[in-house]
Amino acid sequence: MDAKDEPGGGHGGPPPARVAVTPAAAELLRRLGLAHGALMFHQSGGCCDGSAPMCFPVGEFRTGASDVLVGTLEIPGVPRPVEFWMAAAQFERWRHTHLTVDVVPGRGSGFSLEAPEGVRFLIRSRLLDDDELRRLDGADPGRRADQHRPAP
Amino acid sequence: MTRYANPGTEGALMGYRARYDHWIGGAYVPPARGRYFENPSPVTGKPFTEVARGTAEDVEAALDAAHAAAPAWGRTPPAERALLLHRIADRMEEHLTELAVAETWDNGKPVRETLAADIPLAIDHFRYFAGAIRAQEGSLAELDDDTVAYHFHEPLGVVGQIIPWNFPILMATWKLAPALAAGNAVVLKPAEQTPASIHHWLSLVADLIPPGVLNIVNGFGVEAGKPLASSPRVAKVAFTGETTTGRLIMQYASENLIPVTLELGGKSPNLFFDDISAAHDDFYDKALEGFTLFALNQGEVCTCPSRALIGSGHYREFLDAAVERTGRIAQGHPLDTDTMIGAQASNDQLEKILSYLDIGRQEGAKVLIGGERARLDGELADGYYVLPTILEGHNAMRVFQEEIFGPVVAVTSFDGFDDAVKIANDTLYGLGAGVWTRDGATAYRAGRAIQAGRVWTNCYHAYPAHAAFGGYKQSGIGRENHKMMLDHYQQTKNLLVSYAPKALGLF
Repeated sequence: MDAKDEPGGGHGGPPPARVAVTPAAAELLRRLGLAHGALMFHQSGGCCDGSAPMCFPVGEFRTGASDVLVGTLEIPGVPRPVEFWMAAAQFERWRHTHLTVDVVPGRGSGFSLEAPEGVRFLIRSRLLDDDELRRLDGADPGRRADQHRPAP
Repeated sequence: MTRYANPGTEGALMGYRARYDHWIGGAYVPPARGRYFENPSPVTGKPFTEVARGTAEDVEAALDAAHAAAPAWGRTPPAERALLLHRIADRMEEHLTELAVAETWDNGKPVRETLAADIPLAIDHFRYFAGAIRAQEGSLAELDDDTVAYHFHEPLGVVGQIIPWNFPILMATWKLAPALAAGNAVVLKPAEQTPASIHHWLSLVADLIPPGVLNIVNGFGVEAGKPLASSPRVAKVAFTGETTTGRLIMQYASENLIPVTLELGGKSPNLFFDDISAAHDDFYDKALEGFTLFALNQGEVCTCPSRALIGSGHYREFLDAAVERTGRIAQGHPLDTDTMIGAQASNDQLEKILSYLDIGRQEGAKVLIGGERARLDGELADGYYVLPTILEGHNAMRVFQEEIFGPVVAVTSFDGFDDAVKIANDTLYGLGAGVWTRDGATAYRAGRAIQAGRVWTNCYHAYPAHAAFGGYKQSGIGRENHKMMLDHYQQTKNLLVSYAPKALGLF
């Protein structure tokens, strides 16, 4: 997969990223950013359109103490980094996997911004390897929302 | 077998119009911004109609119509409201087969299910709430010799309802029937994946419904759903969907201080205790069918029994039989009554399912059957089909923890009662569960121990009206499908009345 990981170094550097974005998803985020301003993701669980990332204008969806900031996507051409959030309880069940935000032709998506474009964000996953797991779970157990608020 | 003709073709029972506008105030109204979106059938992947792409202006117009209609509708006698619901049910029954065909074409599900479940259940649901509202009584409390507290049920006024795509007509009915029975006017937004079948339903019943009592605004969640859910002009929002949007709707509701009911999905365990295999009789056969019900509606059910937990005493034998049974699921044209599994509702739904099959394999889940997209021929070649899939693994895998919403069941074993309940409850969700055993005490104790709003016991996927349906944990708030849903659409008015002639004597 043509995923472009966030910057993140080797041993001794910053921990590896938990979330990445494909070039197609990055291009869509650039377009959505022009129309809607700063963006964020919250990974949904459950029914129908769930188990998929929801893209909102920053501030539209209130994250709180029950959420974890899983990663921050730095995308050229998108002025503000795109934060990727998930409910903490869900993160506990996903934390052994690396997530890549992709996009596919599609239709509905809750209140996610991309649906009217005829496309849908989608998560592709792979297992974190032993080295990534050791470095991530040592250094970054996922920041809780109450420890990290998005800048206004 | 019967193979119904595709809608709009020669010999078809029904046809869709080329375009659907919004239904506002008892008439079709074009979208304020003049935009439409194409609606493909999952059966073929090809568009068959276009639908109004609603925005806040359209929602406001619908709210205007609803507010105009609500006061008079709320004062109609319960008998009159009940009669409306009965007439809707009767009209649907007269057109049951064509409604089933319409629903299959919009959603992709097999017509044998829409004929046997979706439409008959919807018909009965209207009748149930017709009866429930006739039988509903307020209460009075005689507080002392001269003081009486009267409790009246009053409608909320105008409510917003956001409908999912997995049972478009039935889920709309679950929300509409109690809301209308209770005397509310409704603004309803169908799912953008399945926006059309409700309009065919409307074409059959529109003449029965007073203008403005039901308004339908189509469109995308972010463009039409959000203005509805966040409007200060709705007294309640009902939503079926997923957790993040559920939270967002609660957030909007908190801004307006209004109640919500939410149904948000699950990862339902289906428990098969050892004693099932004590005999290979009718009950054993029923239990195997109960396992295979993960493929009902292509697995696109909030309560899909997507985790099968099988007792270790009969694990391999029962699982082998379940794999064999699953292998007999007939996949084919959804309008063929022999077809047991149809198309997933949308392309992104198909892609999501495939992405879960991928991570399931990476995590070491063993594919016992299926595990890939189904490639069908002819006009079905571009439809969204997945093979019924059994994955064997353990409960910490992502495929055991997240709702895939496809025909995929994740299977593991348990050792004894306590282990069964522990695995069953090791999930974020609590909507449905199944318990299969020949022992009544085991069934009772398991049913009470599982943290889920509905525990099917020696059955699964039955949705009769008069059995409350709703979630524990992150599966939602409220109980549909039961007369208690009337409470979710009503206010309580208390008149506290003194019949005493004398002053209090305080002033």
